[in-house]
Amino acid sequence: MIFKTIKRDELANLYAKLAQHLIVGPVRKGLDKNNKAMYDFDRVDKFADLCLDYDTTKHSAKKYFLPFTETLCTFKIFKDSWHKKVDYNINEPIVMFGLHPCDINAFNKLDKVLLEGVYPTPYYAAKRKNIFIIGVDCQPQPWCFCRSMDTDTVLHGFDLFLTDLGDRYFIEINTATAYEILQQLDIQDPAPQDHQLFLQKTNEKADKFIASVDTTDLTKILDMEFQSPVWQEWGDRCLSCGTCANVCPTCYCYGVEEEVDLDLKNARKNKHSYSCNLIDFAEVAGGHNFRPESHTRLKYRYYHKHRGFVEAFEESLCVGCGRCGQACLADINVPEVIASVRQEKI
Amino acid sequence: MAVTTTYLGVPLYRPKVAFFDFTSCEGCQLQVVNNEANLLDFLSLVEVVNFREAMTEKSNDYEIAFVEGSVTREDEVRRLQEIRKNAKILVAFGSCACFGGVNQLKNRFNDLDWVKKEVYGDCPVDTKEAMPLEKYVKVDLHIYGCPVKKEEVEKIVLNVALGKAVNLPKYPVCMECKANGNICLFDIGEPCLGPITRAGCNSWCTNNRFGCWGCRGPAEDANVAQWQKIMRQHNFSRERMLDRLECFGGFDHLIER
Repeated sequence: MIFKTIKRDELANLYAKLAQHLIVGPVRKGLDKNNKAMYDFDRVDKFADLCLDYDTTKHSAKKYFLPFTETLCTFKIFKDSWHKKVDYNINEPIVMFGLHPCDINAFNKLDKVLLEGVYPTPYYAAKRKNIFIIGVDCQPQPWCFCRSMDTDTVLHGFDLFLTDLGDRYFIEINTATAYEILQQLDIQDPAPQDHQLFLQKTNEKADKFIASVDTTDLTKILDMEFQSPVWQEWGDRCLSCGTCANVCPTCYCYGVEEEVDLDLKNARKNKHSYSCNLIDFAEVAGGHNFRPESHTRLKYRYYHKHRGFVEAFEESLCVGCGRCGQACLADINVPEVIASVRQEKI
Repeated sequence: MAVTTTYLGVPLYRPKVAFFDFTSCEGCQLQVVNNEANLLDFLSLVEVVNFREAMTEKSNDYEIAFVEGSVTREDEVRRLQEIRKNAKILVAFGSCACFGGVNQLKNRFNDLDWVKKEVYGDCPVDTKEAMPLEKYVKVDLHIYGCPVKKEEVEKIVLNVALGKAVNLPKYPVCMECKANGNICLFDIGEPCLGPITRAGCNSWCTNNRFGCWGCRGPAEDANVAQWQKIMRQHNFSRERMLDRLECFGGFDHLIER
């Protein structure tokens, strides 16, 4: 990895260099009922709109890689035959400006399933390869537990990463594309004190976490506590609304539906994101539902994230961004659920 | 009309359908004729033989009856039973037919005579409590919404024509609302029935920053008790909570009082 620094003012020039492409980043979305600013990832039209000091976004950046609905292929229907056309739906490269380490780690985890699996997903791959990612460091919020999930820093999966050192940013350069773009800008080699400052920032951040999840022996504990009464308690609260999965940066479950136009001349196969919390997630042809009760569905979401994925990939599918707990109207959040399963007082 | 529509070489059965209205604003039927761009394609899939709002001809020879509106008069009961006899499939079309709809708000008053006096003054009309169709006849399919979503109606009719199963969403509006990138209305202090209302509307209202009023009725396995708790936690009054839950009548049997 190559390290450089860039003056705070020069960042606007980096933005300008990239602005010929679609830039997506954290932007303000008004105030909540407590007059606190809300942010979300959206198209950025001018540098001033880009809020690199955002706390979190309401939704993850997932939709740019895994759209909530996506047409996988279209069919032209003839008298007694059809013609199929496949489109991976990537019309232009996208620059993602300002992803936090948790969200970049989320894509690294998705890569393991969607790129490195036996059947890579071309729709995801096409987008992943065409998105330029600029990471930015963050300040831990009360709901963040990424440090517990080992996702508070990120080593790969981005093009360049910015850490705020006050009047300048420390840059980690990870790709040739990023290096070439930066060559056209006024950048400096980091001085020895910049290295020190960078480490100091990292250490300061580590001390600021409030929420945490104890992952020690968690796969075993989840096996042991499969019948624990706490699942029923959380299930009684759950609205089965799928909000947690939709705001989650790593939930990738989906359904596929065929749609025929009313004139019977065209048809398409649509993919739409789904959630294991939804009532009919485990309903099969013929109508049998393997998980008709809310608490079994909620439980399996936790088992996929914190047990199944760990057994398969030696890491959790949760990045500790805390969005699910923040978005859940019933206040169901990962640290409290896991602590209750571990029979810890919270 | 001997032309047979085919799909991939297979001829499609073109059922005879009829549209009827009871106590309602007739807005759901309007949705069907509203989509001019698709209307001819829609009509090539079904043969409409009775549709007071849209055509003059009338026939009692139909297989599928789409029935809009709630039942509020004795003569409506008899008419509905007649339709049930004629139709192989009876579809409750829209929130009034499914739950009583906005009309059933009058059932909230203890003194129905006072209600009649307020509304009709000295010209009394023989009405009773507004009820969903299911109170009087067997309903084979519900199409929810106030009004129904025309795209959903078209999809259902198309699936019937193609012989595919009709699957309506069973999950709550939140699912569609989040997929549409909306920020939760509770975050900005607005009440919303989205967490317990059946989806399928593509979160039409909340996309426009208007909290859900539950026109499509409860999602399957809707956690109404938890929603009521959430409303209390967000300091919404009991009255505001009941206003939402009672507006279209779909949640009546689920409310914790």
